[in-house]
Amino acid sequence: MRFLTAIVLTWILASTSAFAFDVPVDGALGLQPAVTPIMERITEFHNLLLWIIIPITLFVMALLIWCMWRYSSKNNPVPSKNSHNTLLEVVWTALPVVILIAISVFSFPLLYYEEEIPDADFTIKATGNQWNWTYEYPDQGALEYPSIMVQEADLQPGQLRNLSVDYPLVVPIDATVRLQVTASDVIHNFAMPAFGTKIDAIPGRINEAWFQVTEEGTYYGQCSELCGQGHAFMPIEIHVVSQDAFDAWIAAEPGSDESNAVIAAYEAARNTRLAQLD
Amino acid sequence: MSADAANHDAHTPSMYDWKRWVYSTNHKDIGTMYLIFAIIAGIIGGGMSGLIRWELAEPGLQVFDGMAFGGFFGDAQNYNVITTMHGLIMIFFMVMPAMIGGFGNWFVPLMIGAPDMAFPRMNNISFWLLPASFALAVMSMFVPGAGSANGFGGGWVLYPPLSTMGHPGPAMDLLILSLHIAGASSILGAINFITTIFNMRAPGMTMHKMPLFVWSILVTVFLLLLSLPVLAGALTMLLTDRNFGTAFFDPAGGGDPIMFQHLFWFFGHPEVYILILPGFGMVSHIVSTFSKKPVFGYLGMAYAMVSIGAIGFIVWAHHMYTVGMPVDLKAYFVAATMVIAVPTGIKIFSWIATMWGGSIEMRTPMMWAIGFIFLFTVGGVTGVVLANAGVDASLHDTYYVVAHFHYVLSLGAVFAIFAGWYYWFEKIWGVKYNSILARLQFLFFFVGANVIFFPQHFLGLQGMPRRYVDYADGFAFWNGVSSFGYLIMLVGMVLFFAVLIEAAIRRRKADANPWGEGATTLEWTLSSPPPFHQFNELPRIK
Repeated sequence: MRFLTAIVLTWILASTSAFAFDVPVDGALGLQPAVTPIMERITEFHNLLLWIIIPITLFVMALLIWCMWRYSSKNNPVPSKNSHNTLLEVVWTALPVVILIAISVFSFPLLYYEEEIPDADFTIKATGNQWNWTYEYPDQGALEYPSIMVQEADLQPGQLRNLSVDYPLVVPIDATVRLQVTASDVIHNFAMPAFGTKIDAIPGRINEAWFQVTEEGTYYGQCSELCGQGHAFMPIEIHVVSQDAFDAWIAAEPGSDESNAVIAAYEAARNTRLAQLD
Repeated sequence: MSADAANHDAHTPSMYDWKRWVYSTNHKDIGTMYLIFAIIAGIIGGGMSGLIRWELAEPGLQVFDGMAFGGFFGDAQNYNVITTMHGLIMIFFMVMPAMIGGFGNWFVPLMIGAPDMAFPRMNNISFWLLPASFALAVMSMFVPGAGSANGFGGGWVLYPPLSTMGHPGPAMDLLILSLHIAGASSILGAINFITTIFNMRAPGMTMHKMPLFVWSILVTVFLLLLSLPVLAGALTMLLTDRNFGTAFFDPAGGGDPIMFQHLFWFFGHPEVYILILPGFGMVSHIVSTFSKKPVFGYLGMAYAMVSIGAIGFIVWAHHMYTVGMPVDLKAYFVAATMVIAVPTGIKIFSWIATMWGGSIEMRTPMMWAIGFIFLFTVGGVTGVVLANAGVDASLHDTYYVVAHFHYVLSLGAVFAIFAGWYYWFEKIWGVKYNSILARLQFLFFFVGANVIFFPQHFLGLQGMPRRYVDYADGFAFWNGVSSFGYLIMLVGMVLFFAVLIEAAIRRRKADANPWGEGATTLEWTLSSPPPFHQFNELPRIK
């Protein structure tokens, strides 16, 4: 029953994404809903792969079951001594090659699309530390602030255990953002499932990725490279808001309580608006 | 030969003579010790996975919160130690000793018609290095690692800087020494197998008449010989970075932590084929025996393993798609990785073709072998998904990866080990086992392993990262299912020991060849158990 509820919930969340709130959904079976062009393409490509790998698995299973029944010692007391069939061997070598080429036709463009960073509107720098993130908006005047997970005891209504942070990242909708990632101590990983972003934060290196979020909302990611005791407790929270709200947030100095209040007020107003529309 | 020497050859030392085991130069005794060692390590490693599933059964910290059970299990850092050691123990002290040391030692000489291994004394030291190595690994869990916690909790991949400045305590140094010794043990074993297989085949047994299990061990030990020195180099650099002020992997001194990852995976990727290739060999024999047909496409099967081994050396960086490699390099590793699906496909289809037209008896080993083929297929197709760097941006270091490699290792390699275990049980121990209990064990393992690992695909797709002691509440349901699966598998594990105990108590005398006409390799021409020294007159292969 819980399982059914979860599936229905996934479906409802996926179909009413005017205001996205991308969190892991209990009992869900697939990828988180996509909110960037990269993740949309990843989802499409993954769906294509499912259409290849599921039939192959079922085909192998069917062959095994057929052999177990048809060629059981009861149904086939005298075994054949056949151990070669050149045509068959050529086919089952060539056919996988064809399938793999078909996959790569879609795989390589996706890879290059992810990796070739377009002209960005601005840059965000994220630094992984044991065990929190430091964010910086160099194009907006080198603002830097730490972002730390909210402990379970301090959770406010609407905040999520192990996912919510005190001072989130904020980006404007539709802006193309270049993400620069590094680390101050050990290797971390900046991962945001709904964006299709996952890039290692490595001391002594700067790695780059990009995203362009097409839906306002709150998105959550988690550190994805083992970094010690607090590995599970350094999440990433990103609020995607209008350009005006973003400008007001920058003006209020990110990482301050005033900046959080700006975003909270904006999102409360938006929720009211959406509720009225319903 | 003097009468004394002849007497000596005929004499089988007593089971209870400790010298027989400690000083052993007999490939069958050493193989038996390897198998027992693997079982012991498997209990410890499997117990650790139980702690992991217990902690993850529901959201929040239950076991590793620093307080439960009087703080016995420690905190999140100790959880990391447990996941790290689970991986290392299962790989280095369970699967490798069972497959190469255990079945390899037992059956390579028997299958090629040789009296023993080429270097019997080196065989002894290969084995006895392993308990020493294991002791160091276990000791490392009880000396300071990072902070106030004991043990090394940086994952089996040992990435610096977490394994250098991240773990200042001596735990990591002990682990480095442990892996050095395990590596030395494997390299010595590899030299022994290569020499044995190249030089000691019975007259008439050409390379192309060699049983596929011998082929699989030959490819495996070549991978060991070529990849382990690279691991040894990387480990030594870690050791000097930690203790002697070098900066191979320290960016502050001009080093590069990614260089370690390249070195590690240049070893690590062949390593995963080392874990599965002997299983390929065993499954080929079992499928052929119980279908009462020769292996379909023998040469294709042999050279598929050779090419899997060769390609295995040029795909390592597909474990590192997120480290910030140039995109063209990633594209190369995508292409090279997907090529592996071709020889793997050849093997799967050749096994099915071996069954096709056969007269199949569903004895216990055959059930495990067919289970292996199916589960390995599932792990194989998710491997093709992960090979695509574009999708790996979503799936890297999530539970999807955990599900994938447990389908090929926990359900692939381990199912192959059990298939071999029940195929050769009578040959090794000289007694029969209760096949009903053994089939029940298969049933619980098959259901349990799938219930554990299939839901982890869903968790990974939703974005749950690996090596998390506690997860967001949205991952609760499938984690609960997965932990329930562990209980099912635990029943299977109990049944495994029930089979052992039942066989040990009843002691029904084994047949030389319990499987009939389908079992055609040389070990079935000998008694069960085989004489202490066999093939004093070499068999001739026509």
